[in-house]
This record gives sequence, structure tokens and C-alpha cells, in this order.
Amino acid sequence: MAKMQVDVRGETCPIPLVEMRKALRKAAPGDVVEVIGTHPASRKEIPMAIEALELELVSIEGTDSDWTICIRR
Amino acid sequence: MKTERTTIVLHSGDMDKVYSALIIATGALSMGMEAAIYFTFWGLQRLQKGGLEKGPLSKMHMLGLGKWMIKQRMKKANVASLERLMNDFKELGGKVIACDMTMEIMGISRDDMREEWIDEYGAVGMYINEARKSTITLFI
Repeated sequence: MAKMQVDVRGETCPIPLVEMRKALRKAAPGDVVEVIGTHPASRKEIPMAIEALELELVSIEGTDSDWTICIRR
Repeated sequence: MKTERTTIVLHSGDMDKVYSALIIATGALSMGMEAAIYFTFWGLQRLQKGGLEKGPLSKMHMLGLGKWMIKQRMKKANVASLERLMNDFKELGGKVIACDMTMEIMGISRDDMREEWIDEYGAVGMYINEARKSTITLFI
């Protein structure tokens, strides 16, 4: 199982969501994608997207403006 | 997972409205939906070569001064360019439909267009066909 990292620190709407999706499309089933960002709204929206995509939210850490979210495809 | 669909008519060529359309459409794709943007009338001009970033602001354009000011603010906030959003839209499987009646009215030929972005040339029937299968449809 590979682990991919997506660094969207400093990026704003809709880039964190878009880059997360691009990485998940490249990941193989079972792979983990780690998204690091600073955009507060995306911290709430990425879990919504993961639910809509029926994927697994492994972990969510940090503050609204400095967070790390791990997703398993 | 049943795939839902978003269909947007982009009638306006104003820069801020093109942003709205592309942000909503890439957001939909990112959240697992399919998305199509039907470019018509002033919106169609944004598909011309060199045209994507050329739209005026819908309000307070002030002969370009307002647009320049907003662009400075957007740069400061690190907002993505329309070119980047369009490329992301395409990469995530978004569909671009160009209205062929508008092309005729405005005397635009396919050679004038960014053809690498365009999936189909169509008319109202194509929009209805997309829209009737969509859970979200917007006219911008």
C-alpha cells in the first residue's frame, strides 16, 4: 500500500478539494492519501467529499488553519 | 455509487461569473459528481483562443480598473487562474459543450476556439438531455 502526499498549504477554494480528488484518482484501492492544508473551509469540506465518494477518513488532525487529513481509497 | 450530475449553462462572459461556473463545476467533480458546462453567448467567447481571462467584471469594471484591482486582491489571496481551473476541470473528466448557434451569430469558426477543451458542439437539445439527468443545473 502506497502513501501519497498532497501539499495544498496556502491554496484556497477550490484547489484543496480538486487536488485531493486528483490524487485519489491516481491512487490504487487501499492506498492512503495525506492532504496537508491551511484553508479553513476545506478542512470541513474534504470530509464531506470523502463521505460522498464513499471512502474512508483515516484521520483528521490539527487546527482549522493548519491541518492534515488522511484518506484511504 | 450512483453517479449524480451537474449541468451549468454559462451564458455570461464576465470574469467573476466564469470563476463561479468553474469553481462549482470542479467542486462537483471533486465530490464525485459528473459535470458539464454548456458555453453559450458571451460565455462562448471565453473559449476563443486567448479569451479565457479576457472577460470584464460583472460590476465595477470601471474600464478595466476594477478588474485590475480585483485581480490584485485575488493574487494576494492566491486564487487559482481560470486557465488552471479549466485544466483541472478537464483532468477530472468535466465536459465542455460549445453552442454552435452562438458561433454562427458571432462569426466564430472552430479554428478560433481552444478545441483541446471542447468535447462537443451542440444546441439546446444537448443541454436538455444533460440537464434532465442532472440533480444540479444552473444558469450563470
